[in-house]
Amino acid sequence: MGNLDPLGLTRRGLIRVSGALLVAAALPQKLWSAALRPESVFQTTTLDATFEALGGVPTISEGIIFSAPDIAENGAVVPIRIEVDASVLPGVSKLYVIVEKNPNPVAAVFQVPPNTQPYAETRVKVAQTGNLYAVAEAEGELYMMQRETKVTLGGCGG
Amino acid sequence: MASRIRIRAQLKGDYCEVKALMRHPMETGMRKDQTGASIPANFIEDVQVVHGDTVVMQAYWGAAVSANPFLGVRFKGGTQGDVVKVIWRDNQGATGTGETTIR
Repeated sequence: MGNLDPLGLTRRGLIRVSGALLVAAALPQKLWSAALRPESVFQTTTLDATFEALGGVPTISEGIIFSAPDIAENGAVVPIRIEVDASVLPGVSKLYVIVEKNPNPVAAVFQVPPNTQPYAETRVKVAQTGNLYAVAEAEGELYMMQRETKVTLGGCGG
Repeated sequence: MASRIRIRAQLKGDYCEVKALMRHPMETGMRKDQTGASIPANFIEDVQVVHGDTVVMQAYWGAAVSANPFLGVRFKGGTQGDVVKVIWRDNQGATGTGETTIR
């Protein structure tokens, strides 16, 4: 009984809470949290559902420079690059990489802080021939550019 | 625990270009092994590029990012000698970090 403090926390509980705070303080700027990852966007299974999860079908914009190969011999490693021309589309805060024919179309989401260029380069798996979309969110609006990539060897084979 | 990341940060005009290569299987969870048992999903969910104390890129990935993922980003405000880190965490809780200085 004597181990209850005025806040109703047990000593053990208090130690646990302060331990958690210490751990949190020791991780500067680490924003890991499942709550922050846009899980619902990653779980969609069709392109329409993906656009719906993002908040609507994006407008096509020439301000998005999206490079993806026309033909990918190996669908498991398809290099892509997204670059947004800030003079056409200022204030980009997020970039999405969407592969239409994949089981879950959203491959990656990039959150772009103000001092970072709206630019991302990576490599994705493409299950079969279809469209790839680069979507940019700028000042609350969605824009996109698409590329068709033909795949001669699937990216999700076993 | 922390697996190595090959990382390079280079000043290019008014921005710094960071290129990182992580070592990770990026299993989708949809593949099966020879015995027909499914291989559990194991992929990087979260990647951060950090310059000093500032997160200059926060990426969330799905299983569709290729195995041994590559990431290229560009940020402003870096100077030669600054430390740039790349940190990832996968869906099974494993993490990896790598750091370099801007050239």
